[in-house]
Amino acid sequence: MTSAPTALRRRGPIVATSPYEGSRIPPRVPTILDIPDDLRGSEDVFRVNFGPNHPSTHGVLRLIVDLHGEEVVGLSAIIGYLHTGFEKTMEAKTYWKCVTYPERIDYVGYQNNELVFSLAVEQLLALDVPTKAKWMRMLLCELNRIQSHLVFLGTSALELGAISMFWYCFRERETILDLFELVTGQRMHTRYFQIGGLAEDIPQGFYPECRKFVEWMPHALDDYRDMLERNQIWLERTRGIGILSPEDAIALGQTGPNLRASGVDWDLRRDRPYLQYDQVDFRVPVYPNGDVYDRYRVRMDEMAESTKIARQCLDKLERMEGMPWIADDRKVVLPPREELHTSMESLIHHFKIVTEGFRVPEGEVYVAVESPRGESGCYLVSDGGPKPWRVHFRSPSFVALEATATCIHQALVADLIAIVGSLDAVMGDTDR
Amino acid sequence: MNWSALPGFVSHRDGADMPTVTVETERMRDACFHARDELGFAMCVDVVATDYLSWGGKGVAGYIGTASGRDIYHPMTQGLQALPELKPKRFSLSYHLLALQPGAPRVRLQCWVDEGEPVPSVVSVWPTCDWHEREQYDLMGIEFDGHPNLTRILMTDDWEGHPLRKDYPLGGEPVRFSDAE
Repeated sequence: MTSAPTALRRRGPIVATSPYEGSRIPPRVPTILDIPDDLRGSEDVFRVNFGPNHPSTHGVLRLIVDLHGEEVVGLSAIIGYLHTGFEKTMEAKTYWKCVTYPERIDYVGYQNNELVFSLAVEQLLALDVPTKAKWMRMLLCELNRIQSHLVFLGTSALELGAISMFWYCFRERETILDLFELVTGQRMHTRYFQIGGLAEDIPQGFYPECRKFVEWMPHALDDYRDMLERNQIWLERTRGIGILSPEDAIALGQTGPNLRASGVDWDLRRDRPYLQYDQVDFRVPVYPNGDVYDRYRVRMDEMAESTKIARQCLDKLERMEGMPWIADDRKVVLPPREELHTSMESLIHHFKIVTEGFRVPEGEVYVAVESPRGESGCYLVSDGGPKPWRVHFRSPSFVALEATATCIHQALVADLIAIVGSLDAVMGDTDR
Repeated sequence: MNWSALPGFVSHRDGADMPTVTVETERMRDACFHARDELGFAMCVDVVATDYLSWGGKGVAGYIGTASGRDIYHPMTQGLQALPELKPKRFSLSYHLLALQPGAPRVRLQCWVDEGEPVPSVVSVWPTCDWHEREQYDLMGIEFDGHPNLTRILMTDDWEGHPLRKDYPLGGEPVRFSDAE
């Protein structure tokens, strides 16, 4: 029960040649499930507004559902209730002030969004980040991935009636947030990644606490499996529900756990490593069925793999005491605080960076990382000034919700909750 | 890779992240079909438009200021250090494509449009572009020709203007009852 499933080997690239052949994607509009012709205008079809304020929508998603008895025959998803114009706001902020915004876009997978923006700016600046910062970024991103999957597991199990799962998952989530607080002073929205590295050195006492958690996490995962994997209600409510075929998943642009649960062996951390992912040993879990149950299994396995990566990061970091945690480029990075009292030059740099910001060379760049929800991308255009000309975030939740209509095909209304939960969309990420 | 075989090929430029291939606006859909079927770019990850109105308008300056002089009450008005390269039209529209192969090859297909100029929709190539194109229509006002459901997606249906455009006012949003004094 607790042993990990056998590693699935990479089966080579899966390339969709014709997305519409045998596809379940609705033919007229890919994201709207139309009422079948024989039911159109029928009095038996009942239109229900599900959301935007409904606890199972993970925020403010509105689904307009057409029900025929218990069967969902029509669906369209309405988003935008949490649109806050982050992309527009960032155009009016200097780069170093912008760092706080990406975190608030995906407020569950915040470290990864912070990372992708920092990487995009660093790529335009051609700025090299110290090794210690790379390892620490990786460690925090993996802890963040575990935290995000715990929120997914706790809430989606809760919605299917398994209330105790919520308490168990949030127990471990609390531990992770405490670790974040220990390092950064904040539980969420840490703003710990600075352009060029980290905002502060890693505090003493972090490694032993983090190691305690890393040693404990596999046992916690065993607990979760014990509670769910032999639970008949859980199995029947998730197996064979909300099926997404590999071709449909690719055509609909799905990434991350949703794509891997559909049998596509794809993970940016392995296939295009960023940070130090090429130096750690981990497995990419892939399951073939594309149903709610497989999306759950992929995330369960990913938590185990992230724990493995976190342990390897700790091994490296513990031997890097005293090494630099931020790049030494005085045109971009704030000078050390103590130098301000003695060095005129440092004071000028500090003043210039804080008031005007630093200039980023002209260019456009698209950087993507594997966030807990899939490919999180940042498209950044600079005109050579201290503020971004255009920032755009490719949010995995936005794309995940496009698959709702395809997954819900021939589902029952009770399955709707399971399916929407399994796509693991964060509405802040969807609406930006 | 032989980019010049793309239908409507205009130019090609390598970048730090991925090559950028500019194609003619009206042949965008053909280029996308070609990229998907012949070049193996199975996935379209993102569609993004950029408004280049007043691009380079901050002028060339050293430290001192622009032609109109530096306004000491407004930081960051001292101009750019070099004039950025001018753009052919007002909007750029970029399609970020991804091939599911080791090394994750990517390409940015780019076309240039003026205000009101339609772009062929690529929803028939990648269904995922449905919402991406609606977002760019909503926030940037790009018209997509042949999109099955081109409506606003993030703003409300009765919203006026396209918020991510550079000429969209950054304040002064009309407030209800403000004219009832």
